[in-house]
Amino acid sequence: MFDMPLLTIVTFLPLVGALMILPITMGDKDGEFELAKRNVRNVALFTTIVTFLISLLIWVEFDNSVAGFQMEENVEWIGPFMSYHLGVDGISMLFVILTTFLMPFAILASWTSITKNIKQYMIAFLILETFMIGVFVALDIMVFYVFFEAGLIPMFIIIGVWGGKRRVYASFKFFLYTLLGSVLMLLAIMAMYWNAGTTDISVLLTHTFPAQMQTWLWLAFFASLAVKMPMWPVHTWLPDAHVEAPTAGSVILAGVLLKMGGYGFLRFSIPMFPLATADFTWLIFALSVIAIIYTSLVALMQEDMKKLIAYSSVAHMGFVTMGMFALNNFGIQGSIFQMLSHGLVSGALFLSVGVIYDRMHTREIDAYGGVVHRMPKYAVVFMIFTLANVGLPVTSGFVGEFLILLGTFQANSTVAFLATTGVVLSAAYALWLYRRVIFGRLEKESLKSLLDLNSREKLILYPLVVAVIFFGVYPTPVFDVTQASVDALLTNYHAAISQAGN
Amino acid sequence: MTNLITEIPGLNLALPELILAIGAMVLLMIGVYSGKSASGLVSGLAIALLVAAGFMLFTSNETGTAFSDAFIVDDFAKLMKLLVIAGSVLAITMSVNFMRREQIDKFEFPVLIILATLGMMLMVSANGLIALYLGLELQSLSLYVLAAINRDSVRSTEAGLKYFVLGALSSGMLLYGASMIYGFTGHTDFAGIAEAMGGAGRSLGLIFGLVFLMAGLAFKISVVPFHMWTPDVYEGSPTPVTAFFSAAPKVAAMSMLIRVVIDAFEPIASDWQQILVFMAIASMALGAFAAIGQTNIKRLMAYSSISHMGFALVGLAPGTQAGVNGVILYMIVYMVMTLGTFVCILSMRRKDGMVEEIGDLAGLSKNNPTMALFLTVLMFSLAGIPPLAGFFAKYFVFLAAIQAELYTLAIIGVLASVVGAFYYIRIIKIMWFDEGEDSFLPMPGELRLVLGASGVFVAVFYLFAGPLFAITSGAASSLF
Repeated sequence: MFDMPLLTIVTFLPLVGALMILPITMGDKDGEFELAKRNVRNVALFTTIVTFLISLLIWVEFDNSVAGFQMEENVEWIGPFMSYHLGVDGISMLFVILTTFLMPFAILASWTSITKNIKQYMIAFLILETFMIGVFVALDIMVFYVFFEAGLIPMFIIIGVWGGKRRVYASFKFFLYTLLGSVLMLLAIMAMYWNAGTTDISVLLTHTFPAQMQTWLWLAFFASLAVKMPMWPVHTWLPDAHVEAPTAGSVILAGVLLKMGGYGFLRFSIPMFPLATADFTWLIFALSVIAIIYTSLVALMQEDMKKLIAYSSVAHMGFVTMGMFALNNFGIQGSIFQMLSHGLVSGALFLSVGVIYDRMHTREIDAYGGVVHRMPKYAVVFMIFTLANVGLPVTSGFVGEFLILLGTFQANSTVAFLATTGVVLSAAYALWLYRRVIFGRLEKESLKSLLDLNSREKLILYPLVVAVIFFGVYPTPVFDVTQASVDALLTNYHAAISQAGN
Repeated sequence: MTNLITEIPGLNLALPELILAIGAMVLLMIGVYSGKSASGLVSGLAIALLVAAGFMLFTSNETGTAFSDAFIVDDFAKLMKLLVIAGSVLAITMSVNFMRREQIDKFEFPVLIILATLGMMLMVSANGLIALYLGLELQSLSLYVLAAINRDSVRSTEAGLKYFVLGALSSGMLLYGASMIYGFTGHTDFAGIAEAMGGAGRSLGLIFGLVFLMAGLAFKISVVPFHMWTPDVYEGSPTPVTAFFSAAPKVAAMSMLIRVVIDAFEPIASDWQQILVFMAIASMALGAFAAIGQTNIKRLMAYSSISHMGFALVGLAPGTQAGVNGVILYMIVYMVMTLGTFVCILSMRRKDGMVEEIGDLAGLSKNNPTMALFLTVLMFSLAGIPPLAGFFAKYFVFLAAIQAELYTLAIIGVLASVVGAFYYIRIIKIMWFDEGEDSFLPMPGELRLVLGASGVFVAVFYLFAGPLFAITSGAASSLF
């Protein structure tokens, strides 16, 4: 239908928006400054909305019955070493949509809370969007790596410049932790190049690496993806980064950046190193179960709302890795769905915390109580997201978690049994958080002047409520997209395992 | 003139060098006879002269050897000479304003840079130990004087003296090594040395010679354990001189090292490979860790250059064509990044003079957002973060190391780059996260131009990486 490079357009459109913001001068006078500020915000919002609308075309164009890559673009880049190759399949396509969908909310969430250097802030976010989309559409492993790493730059600046009190510590930890994992993956990519003679993902997927080599490659990729995911015990950067980042930064961090780890496992580790995957499934199961139980317990004890949600993210990502390495249809479908759902729900939770943070400028749980008396609409919205986080039926959180547990039971019932306790724990910390913030008597003086959601906040939160419930009731559109690619992934995996067995 | 050129075979190969040599003498005369006011004029003429020599080099497509095989011109030599010339031109450009403000605008400065450039071009083209030493000494003697050009400053003269004493020592080692190599092979030209080794095999004396020679060369590119002079000389020399030191001479010395190990010592690759691997690991690690504690930005750049030379050696250690290609690419990118960073250091000037502390950059993002943006891009690039040029440079040297299965070297290398990232992003942190102080004086036009060019080069490197890669691999293939 369309004869144009749709993926390139969606990827680089935000960058064009950033370049349009660049020449806007922030006047010294108050009037000029207000005008410039408005222009900057409007351009950023407009760019992200247009990007989202165009990215929907990808979904429209997407052929659900094809297991391989679609809408490919391939241009020569640096000799034989890397080529600019883009494309999407059932696994990656919805992550692109998730990214473009969350960005307008991130921009809106920063509408009034960011006052310092707003121009640089919006530019950083738009550049970040380009890098994030690039990660999911890249079909050359070097293009993937470039986008994957490049995302550190804007996120480092976002946390460091617009973050909270310990922003310097958090941004350094985020940057160095992630970089340390990634450089090992880079070496693995080089080794793969010399073994397979290409960096093209679609070719690498059909290449069989020697068994011994697979182990090392798998471990190197694991070093990077586990940090990004994050898996226990390399998750410690996440609570710091989340707590210090501005609201929009947390939304993007939890909503999209964490998904890159899971995406990497599905795109590289499982299909390219099937033998090593089979060998290391126990490791992933063990770390996932520890993450689910341990971080849920840690979340129970948190006094900072954002930190609590951050730990709950680690627990949910534990479900994702567990489901993936169950290596059956339920598990993988569930983990993809869980990643998408968690992108919506955790993003929405951070936005909800942002709403009261903007009013009270504290994230201490003890500083709140009885908010329902002043903010009834907010209480309802926050309730829906809390329940979605717990995984209550009718919300999107349920579908993913249920499928993952179903798949894991097939693979290893002990692991699934242990993980199920995590569901109970998650209900405990999430509902307890809700009770302490929203319910109770309104005793604190400072809370008595709270105002309920304004129209901008409604605009941010209501669509997310709709999305969370819609995909909870009717998840089929997502499964239609992922089905063919997941089937192919599993078929190839089992073929590789049985071939090695002979 | 025509007759002369036809009579001495291959003289036209050395035409750019001849132009520089004669031009330098002429400029010296102009300077001497027109007194102190001549420095602006001489600088302009010096740039014109260098550009002319570069243009001649660029347009000629002759390759071959001259002066009884002592002097070689191939694609590799041409590319490296162009780089050296570009580094010198930029160094003179960056110096004019600074020298005038500090009242050390002597006409000798551009003349000395031309002489150093001439020496460097000889080093790049040297095809034997004698030519190598001649070029090296011409370059080194000019650099010693340049380091001490601010005669009234104790720091500058101290830097010059330190550089001279240690430099002389290293020249001595190099000569000693060269004499042993000659003694055990009977040749001074690289091809002859390689041939003699191929026939007789290696002897202990030859290995000794190689070690001494490598030590001398390592001093020139300032890699561990011959790096001690670098921080002091970088800190003490006037900033434009430091900028010059960190760019062109490194390129020239690295090309010389490449030619020596690839052309002359190819038969005993396993021996020099150990030396290079050790030097690379030690430089990367020491550069990364020692830079963390620095507060003076020039000292920091000294340690940064030590670790970058270590990264470049990662590409040379395998001794393969892909590796040499990576080194060439690395040197190009390194030179651009370093010169851009030094433009920023040269712009750290307040009303009461230059400042050199890293803390003085605080609040730059507010006071001068453009400079902060460019310096940020350069720092991320020096740290090797994609999609900037520094990443691709590192990628290709490590790619060669992985191909040669030097896994330990590669793993230590990438870990060192993570440590290195810490001090680069610390500078970014100071610019963006810390609250500001006074702003700097506005940047002179020519500095803006250089900074803009290097910033854009680094930021959109991926757009022209393909064609550039074709050029460097052409140059690398001429060595094999």
